[in-house]
Parts: sequence; structure tokens; C-alpha cells
Amino acid sequence: MSERIIRGHVGVGPKVTGVALSAADYFSARYDLDRIRGVFSRPAHKLHGESYVGRVLVLLGAKGGVATSWMLREMASRQMAPLALLLNTANPIMAQGAAFADLAFMDRFGEDITKAIATGDEVTVDPAAGEVRVRRAASEKPG
Amino acid sequence: MRLDDEERAMLAGELGAPRRWAIEQQIRVGRFFDAQDMVRVSQVHLMADTESLGASGVEFLEKLAAAPAEHRRVHVPTVTDPRGIDFAAYKRLKVDERFAGLERRAIAAFSAMGVLMTDTCINYQTIMPPVHGEHLAFGDTGSTIYANSVMGARSNFEGGPAALAAALTGRAARYGYHLPERRRGTRHFVLKDRPRDLSDWGALGGVIGRKLQSYWEVPVIDGVSAAPTSDELKHFGAALASFGTVALFHVPGITPEAPDARGVFDGAVPKAETIGNADIAAFRDSYDAKGDKLDVVVFSAPQLSLVELQMLADRLDGKRVHAGTALLAATSPEIKSAADRMGLTGRIEDAGAVVLQGVCFYQMYAREIAEANGWKRLMSNSAKLVNIIGGYGYKPVLASMDRCIESAVAGRVL
Repeated sequence: MSERIIRGHVGVGPKVTGVALSAADYFSARYDLDRIRGVFSRPAHKLHGESYVGRVLVLLGAKGGVATSWMLREMASRQMAPLALLLNTANPIMAQGAAFADLAFMDRFGEDITKAIATGDEVTVDPAAGEVRVRRAASEKPG
Repeated sequence: MRLDDEERAMLAGELGAPRRWAIEQQIRVGRFFDAQDMVRVSQVHLMADTESLGASGVEFLEKLAAAPAEHRRVHVPTVTDPRGIDFAAYKRLKVDERFAGLERRAIAAFSAMGVLMTDTCINYQTIMPPVHGEHLAFGDTGSTIYANSVMGARSNFEGGPAALAAALTGRAARYGYHLPERRRGTRHFVLKDRPRDLSDWGALGGVIGRKLQSYWEVPVIDGVSAAPTSDELKHFGAALASFGTVALFHVPGITPEAPDARGVFDGAVPKAETIGNADIAAFRDSYDAKGDKLDVVVFSAPQLSLVELQMLADRLDGKRVHAGTALLAATSPEIKSAADRMGLTGRIEDAGAVVLQGVCFYQMYAREIAEANGWKRLMSNSAKLVNIIGGYGYKPVLASMDRCIESAVAGRVL
């Protein structure tokens, strides 16, 4: 097991640990998700069909509209939210939604976070410290 | 963040629990984006359809609305984006009654807070058009990009909770597009061919939006020789914001902060990427399915102006929508009232279409409507709508208003 620490901008939300779901694609709760079933539903999305519930979602950035700011909290109220969200670049909607939902959220890492974290990595997100710890089984390569 | 006396009083709870919640939210987001202080806003546009809010969001609103009147009333004029239910039409569309109940509760809570239920995403055309330099908290990507770009006002995307917070405090954290230095061009495009219709203006927004990577990019579109109409820029901006998540564009010689390309970039003007008819056609063709059975045609996203409703009425005169296809057009309550008075609604509905008010298609339980009506194949002239609606289980086709109508009459994608 190897461990690496990645620094980012100070974020919002609590310190959490979970398993990553990572892709070089963008995120919008309205455009991309079936929020009832808890899966990516947009056919063109690289995570189409994958469950995001309880995962540390690692994506390039935000796309789409403003609805995510309500939806993150709504998903959390049904225990159908991701555990944390890491983006290369946030937009205001993601930050507002994470603050409203009390979801762990960070961005601005100084490297492409979707290349630094692979699906299946164990990740500790500490928004107040602006720090992400990534643990990977020795035999695994970044996806 | 530096706070003034009133902001500190809000944070201390001296002005009530709703305003304390609001300023706490704003400080969290302001710190995230390194804001130094707050800026006063003069109006708020609030996105709060119940499909997004869910039961937990409505309960949250009701808690705020239960506060004493002096604590719960909004600080500045606040209007709403489209809601989730058209009460005159939801039964025809087979929307579940429980969603209507949720919507009624949300309306009661917002009304108790002094929010004006305008239910429109074209508030910049119909309610109170922003002015150059005015600081706003606008909560729809299409309304924000239009206000910033075409009118020279200043707003970030303010999602529902953030817009509600701004309404309660009368402020927004000063970051992003409230700052002049953030409003400079970052990408340069030149238009080789002028889009031919509203759908093509939307497609142009989609083409450019797909090339942009983040909210902080500001595209500059050169080569627009004569002023587009408000509806053309509405479709362009809505699609650009939807595909690109950007909140500001400049068109040299047209939009107010761009007298020319040199005036809108810091330093040398970057080399422009050329966009032409072939790019727009390729974009449109990426959403096509000629010959397929057509379930529903939607004119919406953004809501239609009175002029668009007249275009629709003129094209539907003497035609009949196929029995196996639905045709829906959504507009604001104010425009619907005008369309009723001028006979446009009657002409559209005589052809078998339905004019909806106060809603937008993707915000009105689109997934549940699809399941209840057996809809899959959708056709629209809105690039924004075809971008969104795939995630709700639809298979969208993008085409001009003319081709959408011909297809609706034929019952299949032409």
C-alpha cells in the first residue's frame, strides 16, 4: 500500500474517508445523474451506469446548470449522495451546493486530480486543511 | 472576509435565524473563492423548482418561512425561475399529484418570505431588465450569462440556496464576475457564417461551450457584423452556459464591455478559432435520428418570448399535430397572459399543441412525465434542452422550429 498527499485549496465540508470513483469527465447532478437510483444516467458520461453513492467522486470540473446546489442536499437527505467531491476547477454552484449540503468538497490541486486518483483508491479528504491523502494497493496503477 | 456592522449583526443572529443561516452560507462560499468582502445586490433571481428541491428542500424553506415576519422577509426584490408544475396542465401531462402538493408548499413558503413568484427564466426580457454595472444574484445560467454579457450587469451563477441567501442578506460574496479583472476575455473565436435561426444560435453556443473547460473562461466571439436579436442571444447564451458552464461572453462591437477585440483582452489579442456552418451542422447532426417515431416536441429552455410564440402560431396555422406526438411550448405567466389576450395560445392549441406557463420542460419532472406518457424520442429547437434531457432518459433531436413542426405533424423525425 502506497500513500501520497495532495495539496489543494481549502475547501468546505467535513473530513471523510472513502473509495474513489474517478474519470476525466465533468459533473452536473441534473444533467448526469439518475438521483433516484443513484447512478450516472447520461449515456455519454464516462461513468454511465456507475453508482456514485458513498463514493469520493473525482472529476475534471463542473458543467451544466444551477440545480446541483439544491440537489446535493436532497440526495444527502435520502442517503443517496456521494461522500465527497474533488474537481480540478470548481464553479460557484458546486461550492454553494457543497456548503449547503455539508459535503466534503475541494478543488485547485495544481495537478490533474483525475490522473492522480484512480477508481478504487482509498482517499481521505480534509477540506479544512486543504489536503487529500491517497492510498493505493501496491500492484494497482492509476486508471 | 471583512464584514460591515449589519453583516456582523446577521452573523450574530441579531437579525433572526434565516439571515444568520444566509450569511454563514455566503461566508463559507466567499472563503472558498477568496472573496475579501461582500457586495450589495439590487435584485435576486431564484431557482427553486421542486424537482430539484425535493421534500427535504421544501421542509428547509418551510422552516425559514416559519420565522417571524421581520426575520424571514427578503431584503431585495426577489423573483423565481420556472417552477415544477403548471397547475393548469399537470393532470393532462400525467404528473403525479404528490408533486403538485410539494409545489404548493414551496409556493406558500416563498410567498411568506416576500418572494415574487414570477416563475420565469427570461426575467431579463420580461420582469426587470438589469442595467450596466448593476450587481445581481441571478440563479439560472441562461439569465446570468445574458445579464452579464448583453446587459453588462455583474453576477455569478447563484444556485437556489445561494440566491435565497442573497435575497435574505441583500448581498453576495465579492468574487468572480463581480470583479472587473475577472471579466476580461480568455478565449477568442471568430464567426465565419452567421447562424440562420434560433436553433443555430443555440448550436453555436453548444459548439463554443464544448471547447471551454471551466466557469472562469470568458469567450470573445468576433465576426458578428450586425446586432443579433434578444431571442438569438438568449438561445446562444443559454446553450453556451449549459455546454460550457460559463457565465460571460463578449461580442466586440455588440456587447457593452467589448468595443473591439483589443479592448476586451489583457495584452495581445489571442489567435482566433474559426467557427462556421460546418461546425454548427456537425453539432446539430450529433443529435439526429431521421425516420424515428417522434413522441414529443418541446419548445422551451429558455421559455419562449411573445415573438417566438407568434412564430410558432404562424407555423402551426392550418396544421394538426400527429395523434401519436405531443407538442409542448413553455413560457412565463406574463407572456402566456399576453399570448392568451392576443389569440396566440388559441391558435397554437387549435393545432393540438399545449402552451405551458411558469415551467420549463426539464424542470417539470421530465423523467416522471416520460415514464407516465411513454415518451422517449424528443425533438426541440433548443440546444440547451437537448444537452440536459439525455440524462432524464430521453433521446433528443435538435432541429429548427420549422423542422420540429413538420416532424410533429408527421409523427416521426423528418
